[in-house]
Parts: sequence; structure tokens; C-alpha cells
Amino acid sequence: MLNAAGLPDATTGSASLVLSIVLPVAGVVLSLVLGGRQAERIALVLLPIGLAIASVIFVQVTWGGHSLAYIVGDWAPPLGIVLRADGLSATMMMMTAVVICAIGIFAVADFRTPADVFEARAPFAFWILLLAIWSAMNIVFVGGDLFTLYVALELLTFAAVPLVSLDGRAETLQAALRYLLFAILGSVFYLVGAVLLYGTYGTLDIAMLSERVHADPATIAAAALMTAGLLAKTALFPLHLWLPPAHAGAPAAASAVLSALVVKGSFFLVVRLWFDVMPGIPGAAGTQVLGALGAAAIVFGNVLALRQQRLKLLVAYSTVAQIGYLFLMFPLAFNTASSALQSGSALTAGILQAISHATAKGAMFMSAGLMYAALGHDRIAGLAGIGRLLPMTVFAFALGGVSLIGLPPSGGFLAKWLLLDAAVVSGQWWWAAIMLAGGLLTSGYMFLVLSRAMTPALEPVKLHATIPQYQQAAALALALCSLLLGLVAFSSFDAVQIGRPVAAQVG
Amino acid sequence: MNAAAWFGVCGATLVGVGLFGLVTNPEPLRKILAFNLVGSGVFLMFGVVAKRGAAVGLGGDPVPQALVITAIVVAFAATAMAIALLLRLFEATGEANLDSSLSGDAKRG
Amino acid sequence: MTTSLALDIGLAGLILAIGTWTVFARDSLAAVIGFVGYGLLLAVIWVRLSAPDVALTEAAIGSGMTGMLLLGAAARLRTERNHATGIGLRGRVAVGVLCVMISAGLAIVILFPPESIPTLAPAVMENLAQSGLGNPVAGVLFVFRALDTLLEKVVLILALLGIWSLAPDRAWGGVPGLRIYLEPSSTLTFLAQLLPPVGIVVGVYMCWVGANVPGGAFQGGTVLAAMWLLVMIAGLRNVPPIDRFWLRFLLVIGPVIFLAIGLAGFVLADAFLAYPAGYAKPLIVAVEVALTLSIAVTLGMLGAGPPERSQHS
Repeated sequence: MLNAAGLPDATTGSASLVLSIVLPVAGVVLSLVLGGRQAERIALVLLPIGLAIASVIFVQVTWGGHSLAYIVGDWAPPLGIVLRADGLSATMMMMTAVVICAIGIFAVADFRTPADVFEARAPFAFWILLLAIWSAMNIVFVGGDLFTLYVALELLTFAAVPLVSLDGRAETLQAALRYLLFAILGSVFYLVGAVLLYGTYGTLDIAMLSERVHADPATIAAAALMTAGLLAKTALFPLHLWLPPAHAGAPAAASAVLSALVVKGSFFLVVRLWFDVMPGIPGAAGTQVLGALGAAAIVFGNVLALRQQRLKLLVAYSTVAQIGYLFLMFPLAFNTASSALQSGSALTAGILQAISHATAKGAMFMSAGLMYAALGHDRIAGLAGIGRLLPMTVFAFALGGVSLIGLPPSGGFLAKWLLLDAAVVSGQWWWAAIMLAGGLLTSGYMFLVLSRAMTPALEPVKLHATIPQYQQAAALALALCSLLLGLVAFSSFDAVQIGRPVAAQVG
Repeated sequence: MNAAAWFGVCGATLVGVGLFGLVTNPEPLRKILAFNLVGSGVFLMFGVVAKRGAAVGLGGDPVPQALVITAIVVAFAATAMAIALLLRLFEATGEANLDSSLSGDAKRG
Repeated sequence: MTTSLALDIGLAGLILAIGTWTVFARDSLAAVIGFVGYGLLLAVIWVRLSAPDVALTEAAIGSGMTGMLLLGAAARLRTERNHATGIGLRGRVAVGVLCVMISAGLAIVILFPPESIPTLAPAVMENLAQSGLGNPVAGVLFVFRALDTLLEKVVLILALLGIWSLAPDRAWGGVPGLRIYLEPSSTLTFLAQLLPPVGIVVGVYMCWVGANVPGGAFQGGTVLAAMWLLVMIAGLRNVPPIDRFWLRFLLVIGPVIFLAIGLAGFVLADAFLAYPAGYAKPLIVAVEVALTLSIAVTLGMLGAGPPERSQHS
């Protein structure tokens, strides 16, 4: 249950919350009307501004030690809508800002409007879609009303789907259509849950719901349906079928955005639902089911990744596996004494896993894209010699893999360490076994790729395109973020706990 | 059972029927059609909630009604995008299905 | 059982029957035509549920525009040599059982509402007078939950951009290939000359009175879009290339004005998307007018599809 700070009497003046949503939207609208290469310029101008706003919010929350809130239109819930930023939101917004900045810098080389045309299709679309994704993610993180979150989810989907088919190949069109169908079905299931909740409690505000909610058939049905819908959008096993072709078929910068950020949006809403709106509803059985699906994702995703011939598909299946880790935090956060989900170290671990995966996977997709551009293909068997050509890129890929496997001092290591600790303490040793198996399998395919990449080529490798240094640097910068996240987290990882209800020690 | 309850059951059944059509029918166009069925079923349930909230002289609770209007527009946008993707896929390949026969290493224009 | 209840039960049964038929019909074109009828009956049900705003939106967008798009697609896809097999019998049975469970669960939940039905209607009516509006649904859309409406307009624009991005590179900036599915005959031309003036008046009226009676920007905008599409399909007006500045301007004018007024709320009123006291109604009407224009253009271009031929060919 959230404390009374969730329902402010007056706007606490955190206009930065509004700006974080409105600025990218303004960018989208202006780009559309100004057209041409202004879309790229507007996006590049907004990157540092958006990063600054996210930093301001992060600093306000962590130094202030309490959540921010903004009552939109001066109408308090249940009639109106509140935007809320607690430690969880602020951390995720910071992650989104950093990743989008890195991807934006990376994408300048790939999505430049040629000098002789006023407007080109792919660059124009890409920059606007990037801004739209940023805005949608921010709404997901600070939205305090379940219906606003529904609109945000749809915004996110409509911005992500065209990115999949951005280069116009037939198989990407198919992947995009499949993604769209899964996503809109997921949204409509989410909406059914919202209908049931409104019908029972008369409000869709998260804080008010958390106070009113009790376990009755309508609420349980709502929880089940909303979660099912969100799982389809997050591509958790067995609803993961749309993800590999979609993420592998998109252009490099788009794949990075999709894997790093878009799937985290719907995941974040599952966290909000289970930890904030109805912590006591799913029960031990519900959390174990989520954990089991996560475990299956880890095993299936990693095994399928091992069997891939193409690098981008390998990275995409790796995403399917890493998403499974995210859901292990649910059974580990369950406190059997209070029969509810507790916001403790398991929550921090899950969010840390999300952030380190976002940075690592972003870097890996960017690296894979650079290798594709340099070699003209992304067959793993033919990667020999790329280590000589693009050392920075291969190094970035390797660092990303370090975080995925969970080696110190990466964020992935810290996250998995916290999860293992929680598993051992609560006696749920089976999750620990799955995590260790996952780590082994991940090391397997990372070794496969890196050993091929580092072998010298038998004949000189022809470079299909020159790769600008700053693209490699952007990939490396993100990979370094994921590597060093473990260190930074030790000092302030309780940022995630700000604004959370005080929890009894769960271990 | 009053009228609202009958409409509610109707909406709930439409959700199930539409879901069946969405999952089992192989043609994407029929999937999109079935999705619209599911959506309209959900909106009907919302409408029943609104009707039950009738008070102070209004015929129904205006908040859910407004939410349904927003959701209808969003569902239409989803349908439009899905149809555009489907038609473009048909133009590019001459087929319109979601089989994975197109995936693989072959690049096509 | 009163006659009105019998009528309602009959309506519910009828749309259930038509809906089920559209799922199982063999021919796609017939299924789509059935869906259009389904949508119109649905609009009647909305009237029976005392939701006239929703009925108008459903008839205009849910059945009208959606039906148009689906009909066009079904007609295009008739030539497809489709041999997809779909999942086998055991799969269908499993899915069927799942769907029955979901429907039954939802039906049970909807049949047993809580004893005290929570409703926001009193809160809405108490606060509606402040804004000078007479239509409670418009109040929710533009005053209390204005953020959702603003974001929804952005969602529409984004869907349009997504559809445009499907164009081949060479056709970017060009003319959407709005397919003409009927022969350009004298009947269609006659309709396209007769209806639009009437439609424009109806659309403007619906937008204008939406503040006080059922209607509003979305419904009015859809009627205008439908008239524009009719004129374009009949060939009386050319489909505009997508890089025209006036097109882009009209597309964004709605959200721009909405956003500007919302941001002005920081200064003039107390918060983002708050209206200064006394000026709420004129500002809301301004927003609705701008939105109607934007929605009309957006929906019209959504119906036209992605660009297919460069304007210079």
C-alpha cells in the first residue's frame, strides 16, 4: 500500500514530470510540420534537454528522499490524473534518457537525410519515432492512472512497430504485423482488467486503488488478464514468438531501442501492478507461475540463442532469455508471512537487471549492426577477422556479454547476486539453479561469437562500409555503463526504494 | 437480470468469440476483424459499468463513457496500421499470411 | 418482461450472432460486410446504454471508418492465392476451451457487481459547471482527463506516420494510392457532389454543439473525414501528396493548440492543462475546433494509405 504522499493536496510543483512527457511530444509534432532534416535536428537538440530533465527528476527524488507528484489540470483523483515519480520511476527514466542519448548519437550516421532531397523516408520516420518512444516510456514511468498508462502503451506500440519494418524488406513487414497483433491483443486484455477494476472500485488511480483493493473474483480476474496482456507485450515465454524476427530484422539503432527500452515499458507496468496496486492479490501461486515462465524463458531463450547462425538473431534470442531473469524477482519478493509482495532487495535486483540489460543489449545490438555494415552479412561463422577491423566494436560486444553472463563488476553481476541471495535465504533454491544454468548457457554463446570474431581471417576482409569512430564509441560507452553499473549501484541502489512502503526484512 | 446485465454477458461472450477467431484463423485480415470484435466486447463491458453508475440525473457515469470514446479511436488507429502493414506485405510478396516461410537469410526487395 | 427488455435481449442476441458469424464465415468480404452491420447495431446498443456520445463515435469511427478500411482490404486481397492452413483440431479445441473459460469468467464478474456501485457521476456534475460545459462526457474528455485526450491525438498522428513509413523510398513525399473500388460512375459522382456540403455542415455542427449536447471533436471530425474521402474516391479532388505543408500544418494544428493552451495553464491557471477561471469554455471550444480539423485530416489520410507514386511520375 502506498502512503499518503501518493495523494497530494496540491501540486508539489514538479513541473519536470510534465516536461519529461511534453517535450518529446512537442518534438514529434514540430518535426512533422517542419519536415525534412529538421526532424533530425529537433531530435538531437532534445536529446541533451531530455537527459537534463531526467537528471533533475532523479536528483530531486534521491536527494529529497520522497516521491514527486503532479496533479494534471489541478483536478485530483479520482476525477483527474496524477503523475507520480518515485525512486523506481526516476531510476528507469534516467536509464531511458542515457540509452536514448547513446542510440541517438549512434543513429546519426545511419539516418542522415541526403543532401539533395528535402525529406527522406527512413530518417524522417526514425527520428520522430525515437522521440515518440521516449515520450511513451516517460508516461509509463510517471503515469499514475491505469487508463493513461493504457494510452501510453498504445503510443509505445505504434512507435515501435514501424521501427521493425523501417527498411522495407518483406520479412520485416511480416515480423512487424505479427508484433502489432500480439501487442494490440495485449493492450485490449490490459483494458479489460482496467474495466473490471473501475467497475469494482470506481477509480483507476494507482494510489487510490492500492488502498481500496481487496481479493474478490473481479480483482483476481483483472490481475490475471492485465498481466497476461502485459506479458504478451514483454514477450515472456510462451508469448515470445514475435520478438526474435522483429528485433533481428530492424535496423541496428531500432533493434537497440526495441530490445533495450520498449519491452521494459510493459515489464514496468507488471511491476507497478503487482507491487503497488495489488501486492496481496496474486498470492504465492501467482508469483511462482511468473517465476516458472521466467525460468522457461531463460532456458529456452539461451538454448535457442546457442543454435542461431546469424548474430542479430542470437542477440534477439538472448533478449528473450534475459527477460526471463526479470520475472524471477516476483517469487523472490514474495513474503510468505504477510502473503504479499514486498519491496525489498528482490525489487532492487529486478530493476538493476532491467537497467543493466538495457545498456548491455543496446550496446550489443549497436555492435552487431556495425559488424553487419562492415562485413555485409552477420553470419557468425563468417565473423573471422572482424576483431582486427573493429576492435572497439567487438570489445563493446564483449563487455555487454559480461553483463549478460553476470560477471563482476557489472550491473548484471550485482543483480544476479542479489537474486541468488534472495533465493537462498527464502529457500527457493530452484531459482538459483536456473540462474546458474542460464549463466553457463550465456557464456556458451558469448564464447562462440567472440572466438569467431577474434580469429584472424584467412584472406583479407573487404570492408563494405567505413564505420565512423563515434558510432563505435557510442556502443562502447553504453557497454561501459552496463559494466560499471555494479559499482555505482553499491552506493545508492536504494534509490529504487524511495517512495516505497517501508518493508519488513525479507532477506 | 436487467438489460445492462444482458449486454454485459454479450460483451463477455464477444471477447471469447473474438479471441478464438484471432488465434485460430490463419488469415491476418480475419485476425484484425476478430481483434475489433474483442475490442467492442470490452467496450460493451465498460458501457455496462457506466450504465450501472447512473446517478444525479445522468443516464450513465460519464467517465467510463469518455474512456470508451478514447479507446475506440485508439483501436481504429491500430486497425488502420495493421491493414496498411497487411496490404504492403501483400504487395511485396503476393501473399498475406504470417507463416515463417519468409524468414531466413534471403533478402528480398 | 417489458418490451424494452425484450428488445434489448434481442439486440444482444443479434449482435452476438452476427459477431460469431463474422468469425466463422468462409468469405472475407462477406465477413467484413457483416462487421459493418455489426457496428451499426452496436451503435444502437450504445444508445440503449444511455451513451449517445459513444454511439456517435462507434457509428462514425468504429463501424464507418473501420468498415471502409476493412472493405478496401478485403477487396484488394480477393486475388490472393491463400492456402494457409492454421492450427489443427486439437489446437482449436484447446483455444476454444481457453476462450470459453475467459468468457465465462468475465460474464460471472460482470453479472455480480459490488453492492454499492462506485460512480464518478456526482463528482463530474459538481465540477462541470466550473468549466461552463453542458456535456459531461466532453467535460471528462477536455477538462478532467485532458491529458488522455491530448495523448490520444498524438497516438493518431503516430499511426499515420507509421503507415506513411511503409511507402517505398522512391514514393516518399508522393501521392497515396487511394484505391478506387467502384467504377467512377455518375451515381458516385452525384453522391460526392451532393453529400459533402451536407456532411460538412453536419460535421461542423457536431463539433460546435459537442460542448453542451452529445457530439464533439471526434465525431464531427470523422464526418468531415468521411466526406473528404468520398470526394477523393469519386475522383472529384486529388489526393494530396504527403509533403504538402498545408497538409502537415492541419495535421498538427489540433495537438499544437491543445498543447499550447495546456502549457499556458502553467502561467495563467494553476497547472498544466488547467483552464483560467471564466475562460474555460471558449478555450475548450477553440481546442475542439482545432482538433476537429486535425482529426478530419488525419482520418482522411489514414483512409488514403501510404504514398505509392511519386508526384513527379
